[in-house]
Amino acid sequence: MTKPPVLILGGRSDMGLAIARRFAAAGHPIQLAARGAQGLEADRADIALRHGVAATLHEYDALKDAPDAWIDALPNLPGVVVCAIGYMGDQPTSEVDQVQAAIVLRSNFEAPALILAAFANRFVARGSGALVGISSVAGDRGRGSNYVYGSAKAGFTAFLSGLRNRLSGTPVQVLTVKPGFVATRMTEGMKLSPALTAQPAAVAAAIEKAVRRKRDVIYVKPVWALVMLIITHLPEAVFKRTRL
Amino acid sequence: MNVEGWGRFPRRDCRVTGPRSEDELRAQVSGGPLIARGNGRAYGDSAQNPANTVDMRRLNRMLAFDPEAGQLTAEAGVLLGDVIDAFLPRGWFPWVTPGTKYVTLGGAIAADVHGKNHRRNGSFRSFVDWIDVMGADGQVRRCSRAENPELFDFTLGGMGLTGVILRTAIRLRPVESAWIRQTAIAAPDLATAMEALEAGSDAAYAVAWIDCLCTGKSMGRSLITLGEHATRAELPDAKRADPLRTPPKRKLTMPLDAPSFTINGLSVRAFNALYYRKGAWASGVDYVDWDTYFYPLDAILHWNRMYGRKGFAQFQCALPLASAREGLEAMLRAISGARQGSFLTVLKRLGPQESAFSFPMEGYTLAIDFPVNPKSLRLLTELDAITIAHGGRFYLAKDSRMTAETLRRSDPRVDRFLAMRADAGRSGAFISGQSERLSL
Ligand SMILES: Cc1cc2nc3c(=O)[nH]c(=O)nc-3n(C[C@H](O)[C@H](O)[C@H](O)COP(=O)(O)OP(=O)(O)OC[C@H]3O[C@@H](n4cnc5c(N)ncnc54)[C@H](O)[C@@H]3O)c2cc1C
Ligand SMILES: NC(=O)c1ccc[n+]([C@@H]2O[C@H](COP(=O)([O-])OP(=O)(O)OC[C@H]3O[C@@H](n4cnc5c(N)ncnc54)[C@H](OP(=O)(O)O)[C@@H]3O)[C@@H](O)[C@H]2O)c1
Repeated sequence: MTKPPVLILGGRSDMGLAIARRFAAAGHPIQLAARGAQGLEADRADIALRHGVAATLHEYDALKDAPDAWIDALPNLPGVVVCAIGYMGDQPTSEVDQVQAAIVLRSNFEAPALILAAFANRFVARGSGALVGISSVAGDRGRGSNYVYGSAKAGFTAFLSGLRNRLSGTPVQVLTVKPGFVATRMTEGMKLSPALTAQPAAVAAAIEKAVRRKRDVIYVKPVWALVMLIITHLPEAVFKRTRL
Repeated sequence: MNVEGWGRFPRRDCRVTGPRSEDELRAQVSGGPLIARGNGRAYGDSAQNPANTVDMRRLNRMLAFDPEAGQLTAEAGVLLGDVIDAFLPRGWFPWVTPGTKYVTLGGAIAADVHGKNHRRNGSFRSFVDWIDVMGADGQVRRCSRAENPELFDFTLGGMGLTGVILRTAIRLRPVESAWIRQTAIAAPDLATAMEALEAGSDAAYAVAWIDCLCTGKSMGRSLITLGEHATRAELPDAKRADPLRTPPKRKLTMPLDAPSFTINGLSVRAFNALYYRKGAWASGVDYVDWDTYFYPLDAILHWNRMYGRKGFAQFQCALPLASAREGLEAMLRAISGARQGSFLTVLKRLGPQESAFSFPMEGYTLAIDFPVNPKSLRLLTELDAITIAHGGRFYLAKDSRMTAETLRRSDPRVDRFLAMRADAGRSGAFISGQSERLSL
């Protein structure tokens, strides 16, 4: 039985590549989409060689490419789409620079939401497919230290939740991933608690399993569900004085 | 971040960087002195630099495979174990492998590692077609026997001190199965063990495991295992059906920091006696899966914690054929006299070796490990002297404590290596704890 292709949007990200390898190891062909996709040739070759699957590169800029036209230009419609696109930006800069703040908001919410929605329509028409959105616990409650990024992720989480609700009853899966801290380029140099930090390969394994099991929402490290339960339940009068 | 080798000694606080591309690596090289680090399986301080230890494991992509030549092109951070995972199911195995599969290709090249088949096939170098090396100027040079041959020669065995290996093309050997036909021979003393190794010259693989606590008549009591890649036809039915696949193995993990007292003369003695008896009882022919045969220790993750927080030191020397017997006897006497048993004492026969700075030489190599304590450090100094007196030399991948003077007395090639280092800014750009300790 041939397995359906898996498309990774944000194919250069550490998490995206780890997810690609994981699905390739399970026998899925891989499509990597990224800005400057030709720079991923070594990764493409590695995936194809190691796992004996087809792997292709696709030029994609989430802020420039119109979703429908871009999807139509793909050689074949994937079975699983994973959106690993994200841009954290520097919070203090986002507070004063509206151009950057807009890029953060659009990169984490508008662009991922629109492309997954466009895939959703095609998947419903076809009668199969899985949509995976990598959102963030940062979207569960806005914090002073990164609420521009966090609020965009909150929007994305709500969008995925709504999409899942709309598509329930169809064969199309919508999976929301809240990875917690992950040791990637995005968090390089930050001091992260090892107990709360996952490796990209662990995130990838959790996602591949969650797709197989048709899950809705996953945290990668279970401890995060607890941490966020507490954070979201703090009374606002208390929460607003915290420095998290 | 604390960085340590496999022996966990010495341990140093180092800045660690992890480039993902050639450009990111170049930025590190232009930023000041550094040393490349693979998977940290060298025992001592070869892959430590407090200013910048460059973790190469993100440059870990396999780039191409040519089944005609059995040639794999890959980045230096690829693990040998990953090569096996990807290619053994297709009927290929590394030509040369050390006793752990958790080494990077870059680390295997930098140490020019040898396996149990050195006598027949030589070191890792024999199967390296070319390497791409980044120099102090940030330029990447393709090096082979024909192109930049000097840089090729000195980088194999150069312990990261000639530049950073970025990519390589290595050859794999075709195999019909994932099984090794193993013949075990129990040898009651050193002379018999060496005779068995000499007689085993047609075996693909040969190694002797020595019970180093035996004294007197049974000094050098050993268990010798010879191995061949099993052909498909010879395998028992159950294995022949799917000859390139072996049953998955369970992995054990050594708990954090076993207390130091678990390693003492008594436990080592018991372990050694048991191992020998098990071997003597099991002498004969058997089919063993590749993982168990080549990498018995890999089955216990973090087994180096067994020696406790203080860590341990490896000693590995090579002795020329003519003086090997006498040198080995002197060493075994010193070891058993000091009552410093080692869990793993391994003796291998080395074949001829061509190289500028690699470890192997035609003769014998003995590898031993000891917990780090004042008594064992004294013994190690004694073993250094015996090695030098018998015209031998030391393996830098295992070394964590010898002196610059010891190195010079054992290896006349140091001067040429230093001249190579002085050229093209290498000695200012590529520096490790080991290179400083040994004034390389
Ligand atoms: C259980 C065990 C068994 C072993 N058995 C054997 C054996 O049978 N035969 C044998 O020969 N060795 C053996 N070794 C030693 C091991 O093979 C070598 O130390 C090898 O170099 C480790 O590779 P690594 O990737 O972990 O490199 P590291 O330990 O990280 O580095 C080792 C050296 O390689 C250099 N290096 C690493 N990557 C690069 C790069 N990309 N460019 C330039 N320099 C680089 C480093 O600077 C350092 O000098 C064994 C080690 C263990 C732990
Ligand atoms: N690391 C964490 O702790 C963490 C925690 C929770 C959630 N996340 C989320 O996990 C996902 C993966 O992130 P990561 O940690 O792997 O970090 P990353 O390496 O920074 O990945 C983000 C990726 O998004 C891509 N991207 C940004 N804007 C784009 C655009 N306009 N068009 C195309 N691609 C664009 C980037 O591509 P370029 O290479 O071209 O810039 C980059 O590859 C992101 O959604 C992130 O928000 C991360």
